[in-house]
Amino acid sequence: MTVKKDKTINKENEKTGETVFKDDVIRLSHGDGGIKTNELINELILKYLGNKILNRLEDSAVLKGFSGISDNYKIAFTTDSFVVNPIFFPGGDIGKLSICGTINDLVTTGCIPAALSLSFIIEESFHVSDLKKILSSIKKVLNETGLNVVTGDTKVVEKGSADKIYINTSGLGFIPDNLDISPYNIKPGDAILVNGGIGEHGAAIISNRKNFDFKTNIVSDCSPLLSLVNDIISASGKIHALRDATRGGLASVLVELAKSSGTDFNIYENCIPVKKEVKGVCEFLGLDPLYIANEGKMVVFVDKNDADIVLDVMKKNKYGKDSCIIGEVIEKSRKARKDSGTVTLVTKIGTKRILDLAFAEQLPRIC
Amino acid sequence: MNILTDKNIKHIVESLYKSNLSESISIMEVCGTHTMAISKYGLRQIIPETINLISGPGCPVCVTPASDIDTILEITENYDISLFTFGDMLHVPGSRSSLYNKKSEGKDINICYSPLDALNFAKQNPSRKVIFLAIGFETTIPLTSVVIKRAYTEKINNFFIYNVHKLIPEALETLLKDERIKIDAFLCPGHVSAIIGSTHYNLIAEKYKIPCVISGFEPFDILESIDMIIKQIKNNKHEVQIQYNRVVREEGNPFAIKLIYEIFDKTDSIWRGLGNIPDSGLKLKEDFLEFDAKIHFPVKKIRSKEPPGCQCGDVLKGIKKPFECGLFSNICRPDNPIGPCMVSSEGSCAAYYRYEQLKV
Repeated sequence: MTVKKDKTINKENEKTGETVFKDDVIRLSHGDGGIKTNELINELILKYLGNKILNRLEDSAVLKGFSGISDNYKIAFTTDSFVVNPIFFPGGDIGKLSICGTINDLVTTGCIPAALSLSFIIEESFHVSDLKKILSSIKKVLNETGLNVVTGDTKVVEKGSADKIYINTSGLGFIPDNLDISPYNIKPGDAILVNGGIGEHGAAIISNRKNFDFKTNIVSDCSPLLSLVNDIISASGKIHALRDATRGGLASVLVELAKSSGTDFNIYENCIPVKKEVKGVCEFLGLDPLYIANEGKMVVFVDKNDADIVLDVMKKNKYGKDSCIIGEVIEKSRKARKDSGTVTLVTKIGTKRILDLAFAEQLPRIC
Repeated sequence: MNILTDKNIKHIVESLYKSNLSESISIMEVCGTHTMAISKYGLRQIIPETINLISGPGCPVCVTPASDIDTILEITENYDISLFTFGDMLHVPGSRSSLYNKKSEGKDINICYSPLDALNFAKQNPSRKVIFLAIGFETTIPLTSVVIKRAYTEKINNFFIYNVHKLIPEALETLLKDERIKIDAFLCPGHVSAIIGSTHYNLIAEKYKIPCVISGFEPFDILESIDMIIKQIKNNKHEVQIQYNRVVREEGNPFAIKLIYEIFDKTDSIWRGLGNIPDSGLKLKEDFLEFDAKIHFPVKKIRSKEPPGCQCGDVLKGIKKPFECGLFSNICRPDNPIGPCMVSSEGSCAAYYRYEQLKV
């Protein structure tokens, strides 16, 4: 996307007093899922393309009310691009990641996934043996979830014009009539759950970068969460929201959800599962696991009366053995710093601090 | 105190309250990692109000003066080189730009986790001139020394360092001489002391009658160190104690110290906020000058200026708390840092912005 300062936008914003997109060039931080990514989306892309559905900025768009078709039909639609480096890492590769990422975005609506698309941008001289490995791990996820790739595209660019291979996937699913799962439904009294250790994908990627001279046994959590979400939805009719905690990590997702739902969250550091190895890598590099990417972690908001039932089914699923209740949704405090909700972390020793969006984390191409 | 969930923490906090200090005392934590830990775990929320924790100059990125940033920016502008440095350094604003902006504009600027990465890159790309921006205190200096030694032995002639390394003990004395700063005790850095040991602080403790406690980085470590300081003050003592004894030895790491002074000699160094401090920096010994980027890539001297309104200098000396700066949080934020203390993962302003919003 080319970015130029557009006079018409500036004028519009002078009138409304909104902030204008300040940067002249796109920087890596515009892609880190934190404050700058938010600026890029809200202050530039939405200014051109914003509409009622896109503006909700959910993992999947929910479409309904097509002319001539009953309002009962709701369609979930999502897309995602993958540029991860390295393309093969412990626990997965760019192929598995691209299919899991889109499945996980789709199922946050509670939909029944129907079909996927898959597009490759491949650099000239990329080894066919590597492409075969990627295709075979894609096939494995499709077999496990019973889904199919029904359309796709391939482009090849000159050597140096792309780094090995990039993948785009999109997905489409049908949302059952009785389901309305959305961040906008989060309510005070909800319990907040997560299905296991955080930060594992990001930590696995970082420790397998070429310039990182430090071996760990961390495996990415990259996995398709279709069966987990099916179990959750079957266990309780009071699931209010689901969110795939990818780029920006658990903290960024919680902050975004508190803002969009206008509620406050209390999160308990002692309850957040983090593997020892992940903690170690993060300490060494000065990173906070709360802000490190996951690729198989679902944050679940459920009425607190159903929290234990949901926790129980999550723990029985192979992708949720280490599931935990990590916090709760409370009424918005009047003292809140901003108009929207605040996330308070109760630290491991019992003190409190506010969680904010990540900024300028130097971990490009994590997914 | 009722909020505390950890038994050991609760116990140590109770001990702090029992000390019943008659007047308030100021303890300076010298190390940026301590600053971060104190804020991150909200330790100010649970200690008696009479104990004032002030942050010192222990963030290497923060004390690097704008003039060094400007010079390195000029080098990237005037020479076709590959620059390597630690991530925090990228966002530090110089007078006109930052390395991060230069990188976005297409300059060959890379983040590394160790100077060895830069040396390896130089070896693999003999046609590229590679500069490692060598920053940090005694903790990182041994690594730079190893790399220089290796480059010398292996006769690597396309590798250079731009050296802004600094030494901690000399800065402490400068702070104590400044009458505007009230320091009753030092919480001494854990990692730096693992290299230099504890004896460097003896002189300071003795001459200025200041308790010095070398602390670890867990909340309990810091609280226990504060408790040790309070007990010294109560008993009218001024000694050097090692709380972080699982890592720090009195003699430090003699091997690392020897290595440093095989490669470097002490020299004066300019610190942001603190000015020129004699013997607080390092210069390459004559045998190793071939690796000095300042010699090989001369640039015209530009007039550097600190950002208008920025109070980083006073924040680094503990004269001001971050929120006492007019720019803090409304203009100067981590996504738009005006001064270096908001940039670094060890900077006090970043620590307060990230973690202390409940109090500010």
